[in-house]
Amino acid sequence: MIPQSFEYFCPETVSEAIALLHEHGEGAKILSGGQSLIPMMKMRLARPEYIVDINRIADLHYVKEEDGFLKIGGLTRESDLEASSLIRSKYPIILDTAGLIADPQVRNMATVGGNLAHGDPANDHPATMLALGAEIIATGKDGERTIPIKDFFLSVFTTALEHGEIVTEIRIPIPPPGSGGAYFKLERKVGDFATVGVAAQVAVDGEGVCRSAGIGLTNVGSTPIKATRAEGFLVGKKVDGPQIGQAAQLAAEDAQPSSDLRGPAEYKVSMVKELTKRALVRARERAGS
Amino acid sequence: MATKKFVRTKVNGRDHEVEVEPRLLLVHFIREVLALTGTHVGCDTTNCGACTVLLDGRPVKSCTVFAVQADGREIRTIEGVANNGKLHPLQEGFKEEHGLQCGFCTPGMIMSACALLEKNPHPSEQEIRWGISGNLCRCTGYQNIVKAVQYAANKMA
Repeated sequence: MIPQSFEYFCPETVSEAIALLHEHGEGAKILSGGQSLIPMMKMRLARPEYIVDINRIADLHYVKEEDGFLKIGGLTRESDLEASSLIRSKYPIILDTAGLIADPQVRNMATVGGNLAHGDPANDHPATMLALGAEIIATGKDGERTIPIKDFFLSVFTTALEHGEIVTEIRIPIPPPGSGGAYFKLERKVGDFATVGVAAQVAVDGEGVCRSAGIGLTNVGSTPIKATRAEGFLVGKKVDGPQIGQAAQLAAEDAQPSSDLRGPAEYKVSMVKELTKRALVRARERAGS
Repeated sequence: MATKKFVRTKVNGRDHEVEVEPRLLLVHFIREVLALTGTHVGCDTTNCGACTVLLDGRPVKSCTVFAVQADGREIRTIEGVANNGKLHPLQEGFKEEHGLQCGFCTPGMIMSACALLEKNPHPSEQEIRWGISGNLCRCTGYQNIVKAVQYAANKMA
């Protein structure tokens, strides 16, 4: 399949890219990893007249801890996250997530910024970023602005990004000691989008009492879903069997899946409950004693 | 008609400079402009991996990359795997272990396996299966493909 014809630009700086996006208006689209955009263009579901390829912009590729945050550059590839010793040792929830996106070839091109900016509720990073309470740093012609992740996803393929803004960084507050998280994804086969995905992040104190909880749901609504009632339920309680079970039930009640070729809605709701349980158990294990 | 762009790439060690439309997919550039037809178009929907090539050493699905994105970069295709006519251990492995039937997925499989072994010379069976998880085969049931990769890993050890 052949995309519709387009003009192609390959700027070397963020400001050049932003200028191009404004010059050419709504007909201009950012090309990051391209693993969502290019398939859409091949099917002519997306027909941008101008492509602004941001892959040559230097310094948007990093994973580091700084000023109390884990900072991930927008152009960081999923395979770079998998290879990062920082992610592997300290952020297993992010390693879980990155490793479950598509397949090795796609992960070599796909970027974290793109995975979030595309606004597809079936993408995996959104749920994890919701669970971690991340912030999106969007750079536009007036400079940078910070968008809390809970305000970022508006509707299918629609985020709070304005035209001309680029996700240059994702910032995650470094979790306190006694924290752990996990991402579980149910898929029909390896490489598929999630039938259902659940990200869970908890922080417990010295007595094992939950101080904070974050739960994000993948592909069970028109946006990724933050299971706020389940989160609120866990705070102040021990993260053990009965509490996990109840939290899982609350999370399932927040899911709004459609019936489709991955299964009926009722099935997906049950799977949210099951995966939430598993994610919370693993998160609690990783939070340690 | 869009402004054509120059693409300068090194493909299997040879330099090429071609003017192309931006919308030309890398797989079509490889097959039709460079006449290297070992790389296959299978599903055209980023699923099957028959189009897998190495871009700066990393396996990518060339049906989901524009040729212009390869400007200034190196590409390795199945045609660049053998060494002066001598089969690569992976190619030998696919032969010895019957890792193919129709052969359509094989170039993509070999490119993915090649990158896997370069990064991880002693993969477990699980790691091999994970490493080729972006490549589909309708014929073999993967068993002999895994054996072929193990053969190559042992040979290259």
